[in-house]
Amino acid sequence: MSSEAKKVLLMPILSNNPIGLQILGICSALAVTSNLKTTLTMCVALTLVTAFSSFFISTIRNHVPSSIRIIVQMTIIASLVIVVDQFLKAYAFQTSKQLSVFVGLIITNCIVMGRAEAYAMKNPPILSFLDGIGNGLGYSVMLIVIGVIRELFGTGKLLGFEILPVVSEGGWYMPNGMMLLPPSAFFIIGLIIWGLRSVKREQIEKDEFKITSNSMNNSH
Amino acid sequence: MSDSIQKTLLVALLLCIVCSVIVSTAAVKLKPIQQSNALIDKRKNIIIAAGLAEAGGISDKDVKRLFNSIEMKGIDLSTGEYVDIDKDYSIEKAAKDPKRSRRLKPKEDLADIRWLPNVMPVYLAKDKQNKISKIVLPVHGYGLWSTLYGFLALEPDANTVAGLGFYQHAETPGLGGEVDNPKWKALWPGKKIYEDGIPVIKLVKGGVDANTPNAEHKVDALSGATLTSRGVTNLLQFWMGDKGYGKYITRLKSQS
Repeated sequence: MSSEAKKVLLMPILSNNPIGLQILGICSALAVTSNLKTTLTMCVALTLVTAFSSFFISTIRNHVPSSIRIIVQMTIIASLVIVVDQFLKAYAFQTSKQLSVFVGLIITNCIVMGRAEAYAMKNPPILSFLDGIGNGLGYSVMLIVIGVIRELFGTGKLLGFEILPVVSEGGWYMPNGMMLLPPSAFFIIGLIIWGLRSVKREQIEKDEFKITSNSMNNSH
Repeated sequence: MSDSIQKTLLVALLLCIVCSVIVSTAAVKLKPIQQSNALIDKRKNIIIAAGLAEAGGISDKDVKRLFNSIEMKGIDLSTGEYVDIDKDYSIEKAAKDPKRSRRLKPKEDLADIRWLPNVMPVYLAKDKQNKISKIVLPVHGYGLWSTLYGFLALEPDANTVAGLGFYQHAETPGLGGEVDNPKWKALWPGKKIYEDGIPVIKLVKGGVDANTPNAEHKVDALSGATLTSRGVTNLLQFWMGDKGYGKYITRLKSQS
């Protein structure tokens, strides 16, 4: 595998994580992570859609007039999402019921469009495909971490299997209901980003401007 | 030139054709499988509500076999009489069709469903002697975030609850979503709906035990889910009341 291919595939997982650094795709990260099963399905669906949409967009990138390029990207992404949704409804009915509207919302997921516009429009198909997989994986890693934390502490279970016996069923663990509500994902993502940036300090953006000190205090 | 008008139109046209062919092929080819999934899912819920099988360990084959002992009938809610009904009658579709449903006034719309279908399906589970063993009634109503769709199963006396289960809702997982909790569902069998012909069954805070007055009409509410619990109370009282299955129930009782 060429070094470029390796780079686009692996960079997004930690160094250039779409959620952690690019802060894209937060909306679905809040919505589908309350249990691990929907999280995993969402990860697979999003990775496939990002990879294939990047691939197709890159294939026709030299023929896309710049005036309609966003619409072209949207059309391709939307078609792929509908196909994925149809397959889920046919072969994973229970999961698709749980994911309900979120599959459709992949269309508006910033990661898919972000990669199409930022990478696939300028790079050859195979590399774009790998870039899509890489970003999908980056998204997945983040989502799975959040999903594990939320399901484990929110219900004491993982993938529906009991890990921490909860009080209401005779155990000792008092589930944290807030973990099941969307805001908890915000806190978790925030903490992860903080952790990530403490280790990889190059991820910290430079201030765009400096806040001047308070003039009232200066006058004394 | 990529940016000429002709090229732009050509690309747009070709793209649309290719994409629409792909999407419609997928939709058309997969439709039969999806429809049978949805049907099996619904039947599974009827079977579980009727208590013919445990949730979880029920295969698609079992669904087919067990559903044979269940008879589907339509009832006209305004009279309580049986009427003819399509095998694939959809409550959702009927509620969207002004010819087949009526708009409820806010005052009478306890379950917050807005449109009440004129005809509702009922599912009658029969035992070996071909006598009705369970009456399964579809119910729906608004909780906190979503309309809850479910089935209420009654014993042949049309008063005692045999089971309650929801097959479609989008309540908060872990709080309102606990309507799916088997432990909570196990509280329902044996409860009584009516007192002097009025549906009084309700969810109450703080638990229900044998010493609670009127315990047979009360079920422990879901903790942390006041609005979902209220929604369940409302939808049960609505559907079992005069606007809902009330007339049908009265007729059933007068026959037996």
